Amino acid sequence: MSEKEIKNLEQIFEARIERDEKIEPKDWMPEKYRQTHIRQISQHAHSEIVGMLPEGNWITRAPSLRRKAALLAKVQDEAGHGLYLYSACETLGVSREELYEQLHSGKAKYSSIFNYPTITWADIGAIGWLVDGAAIINQVPLCNTSFGPYARAMVRVCKEESFHQRQGFEIMLTLCRGTEEQKAMAQDALNRWWWPSLMMLGPTDAASVHTEQSLKWKLKRKTNDELRQQFIDQTVPQADILGITVPDPDLKWNEETGHYDFGEIDWDEFWQVVKGHGPCNKERMKARVDAWENGAWVRDAAMAYAEKQQSKKVAKAS
Amino acid sequence: MKKNWPLWEVFVRSKNGLEHRHFGSLHAADAEMALENARDVYTRRNEGVSIWVVESKYITASNPADNGELFEPAKDKVYRHPTFYNLPDEVKHM
Ligand SMILES: [Fe+2]
Ligand SMILES: [Fe+2]
Repeated sequence: MSEKEIKNLEQIFEARIERDEKIEPKDWMPEKYRQTHIRQISQHAHSEIVGMLPEGNWITRAPSLRRKAALLAKVQDEAGHGLYLYSACETLGVSREELYEQLHSGKAKYSSIFNYPTITWADIGAIGWLVDGAAIINQVPLCNTSFGPYARAMVRVCKEESFHQRQGFEIMLTLCRGTEEQKAMAQDALNRWWWPSLMMLGPTDAASVHTEQSLKWKLKRKTNDELRQQFIDQTVPQADILGITVPDPDLKWNEETGHYDFGEIDWDEFWQVVKGHGPCNKERMKARVDAWENGAWVRDAAMAYAEKQQSKKVAKAS
Repeated sequence: MKKNWPLWEVFVRSKNGLEHRHFGSLHAADAEMALENARDVYTRRNEGVSIWVVESKYITASNPADNGELFEPAKDKVYRHPTFYNLPDEVKHM
């Protein structure tokens, strides 16, 4: 194709998105659209999968059967989210194995929040309430994104997320209405998860390299800073209901703007964790790589069994 | 030996009386495993009463580049629609 023809196709393509038409996998698309989507959807999928690890840590130690069943169901949902997203990503012509390889080699990123440890039961409450809460804010606008398979996966994901957040909040509420010690545990979890949750919504608009293009392709409907403000505005009153304190001395309701003002985010910490120096980066990656490598013989055996059954069927038919 | 599990397309009937609808895809070694995985991945909340799985490589899809030739011809056949025919107002129930 000549450069002029490509330019022409690109214009038609951008106009389709402008008109709110969906792009489906076999449609012509600019290479940059394909690559950007592979990167974002796979990053999202990896986050769901790695995100199972900090919570999985508490399944065997959940304080009651009710809590255990809920946590197990939630973690299973996250596995499902990862699978919806991986298969949406594969429609763009990348294989599942390549995607895993990118994660395991460190080439692909995942949400840095999952590199923090879950040291008490209250962390499970805080994750559901704050981390799933921030995820919902990120994900709801994506239900209308331009790439069909991604949008459909997000609709499914969003339907399932709200139970995640509610079960987390319920854990926090129970702790906050419990003994002094339990309430202190909830406060401590909020202290540790608050700032990483704010960081989860991404670098500030000024520092974000992808925002403009992503807005055009509806990979983003709001900027990171808008999403962060929305998260803070909805979460602070919930902390008030719990009776615990958001660890930000500069947090203050601003009558004029109708939003909360908040303190400076430590972006150095964020970039440190993104670059692999968070408290659990190595542990998380090791768990994923081990699961993949130690499971190789099971995958091979299942394949060998399937082939054997198939050839038996063929032999019987002939 | 290194053979990856093939890709399967999953179709789910959400309740009797409705058709199976494409829900997504997944990897599995064989059809039986594909059904079991589809149960876990796509119907954790009573989304279905019946599942079909078919290995993706058996699906033949039309190419959007051929859309003109495939679908344009139907556009100018307005006589396939009831509104094309003029009837006097006195005619009822037609
Ligand atoms: Fe999720
Ligand atoms: Fe979730």
